[in-house]
Amino acid sequence: MRLGGKVALISGGARGMGAAEARLFAKEGARVAIGDVLEREGREAAAEIAAAGGEAMFIGMDVTSPSDWDRAVESVASRFGRLNVLVNNAAIYLRGLVEETAPEDWDRVMEVNAKGPFLGTRAAIPAMRESGGGSIVNISSFNSLVGTTTSTAYNASKAAARLLTKSTAVQYAKDGIRANAIHPGPVWTAMFTSGFPDTESIERRRAQAPLGRIGTVEDVAYGALFLASDESSYITGSDLVIDGGWTAQ
Amino acid sequence: MSNDAGRLEGKVCVVTGGGSGIGRAVCLLFAQEGAAVVAADVNAESAERTAEAILSQDGRGTAMEVDVSQAESVRRMVESTVEELGRIDVLVNNAGFGFAATVVETEEADWDRLMSVNLKGVYLGCKYTVPVMIRQGGGSIVNTASAAGLVGVPDRAAYCASKGGVIAMTRAMALDHVGDGIRVNCIAPGSVESPYFDDIFARAEDPAALRRQMESRHPIGRLGAPAEIAQGILYLASDDSSFVTGSALSVDGGMTAH
Repeated sequence: MRLGGKVALISGGARGMGAAEARLFAKEGARVAIGDVLEREGREAAAEIAAAGGEAMFIGMDVTSPSDWDRAVESVASRFGRLNVLVNNAAIYLRGLVEETAPEDWDRVMEVNAKGPFLGTRAAIPAMRESGGGSIVNISSFNSLVGTTTSTAYNASKAAARLLTKSTAVQYAKDGIRANAIHPGPVWTAMFTSGFPDTESIERRRAQAPLGRIGTVEDVAYGALFLASDESSYITGSDLVIDGGWTAQ
Repeated sequence: MSNDAGRLEGKVCVVTGGGSGIGRAVCLLFAQEGAAVVAADVNAESAERTAEAILSQDGRGTAMEVDVSQAESVRRMVESTVEELGRIDVLVNNAGFGFAATVVETEEADWDRLMSVNLKGVYLGCKYTVPVMIRQGGGSIVNTASAAGLVGVPDRAAYCASKGGVIAMTRAMALDHVGDGIRVNCIAPGSVESPYFDDIFARAEDPAALRRQMESRHPIGRLGAPAEIAQGILYLASDDSSFVTGSALSVDGGMTAH
């Protein structure tokens, strides 16, 4: 099993990409902690993993709260004895051009998508060091690499997460802690579809995709699995682009 | 999953430069993951040794001699593979070499030779394999680029240019063949333990100091192992990465992150 013996904490693990990562990690032998503000969905996701024979726990937490992160890392350590993998997956989307973006909405997006991964990384590093090293996977976006005509704050927040990743990688390589970013293209999630006013505009987006399809949450989960596992022991500070060719053009 | 079926079960994989270094590690890993592997190398003996190593671990492997810079040789490699194994699901264009020189010090013949192996070799491998993949409905191509194709490395001008070319061609090919079900990606390794570096260290005035200097370029504090690069190539070759195309994956111990 590709994550045998490892303990992973996944923020935003209640649904979408985070839930897919949690399921795949558990199937590959990891004990998984799902951190999320969504209590009911989070407990269900953990129960589903347990029903399939895996080991999972739910932690109610808000990624913008430093004390929630401290509590989450403590609960993981006390229940599973260690922390090897952190996936900073929780995020929110905001549609809007620069002029349409309200300053308080910008702040909120930055709070969740940029400060959230920072707080998670900050809380996890001591626990990973104690566990003899670890792997941090930040779910960024292809919107951190190229500009779009649809969103502003989201793109900037994901670019912040991308550089947080590289600084973490460079600073903590000596402690055996790796940090990498995944940049998904359009992927079927509730967050993705919420960014479009109607199904026709989703269809237009799909038709523009070089690969001719929207990605699945499993496409992203397999990338996260690779970066979480020891298979990627020489990969740190990297960008794994899972976007069906969007940014190659 | 990984314990039951291999991640390349039933796939036919051709690996150029399969006789040594990263290529050999790729061949051994792919065979472990269930692939039928063609280890192709300009050095026929080294290709044989890789094939024997695969057979000794109960894998499926054959050796082939190929000069990736010669169209006729590459065409024969592709033809023989299809004759013997019926298809090509994965092509790893890995054959390559390097030398230390500035532009001024680089002889024209050396420039041409480097480009003909490192860049033209990738073009020829794709030229003859892509039609096979189109006929069978798809495939995955992984090119071995380098961190030197992303950032400048002192004293490696021609090498950097050849690897930068590989990255650019990877992106363009990904778009050209996305409708054919063919994914094209490349890997960008940092410095990897190899006879090439052993030789450079051995010839240095202070081998230990040079090694320390090379290691310190990588935040992770050491050179990579061929097997670590092979894992990245496996990810890109396998269906785990079915939504990944046109990308360059750095496997460089953080070298290009700072």
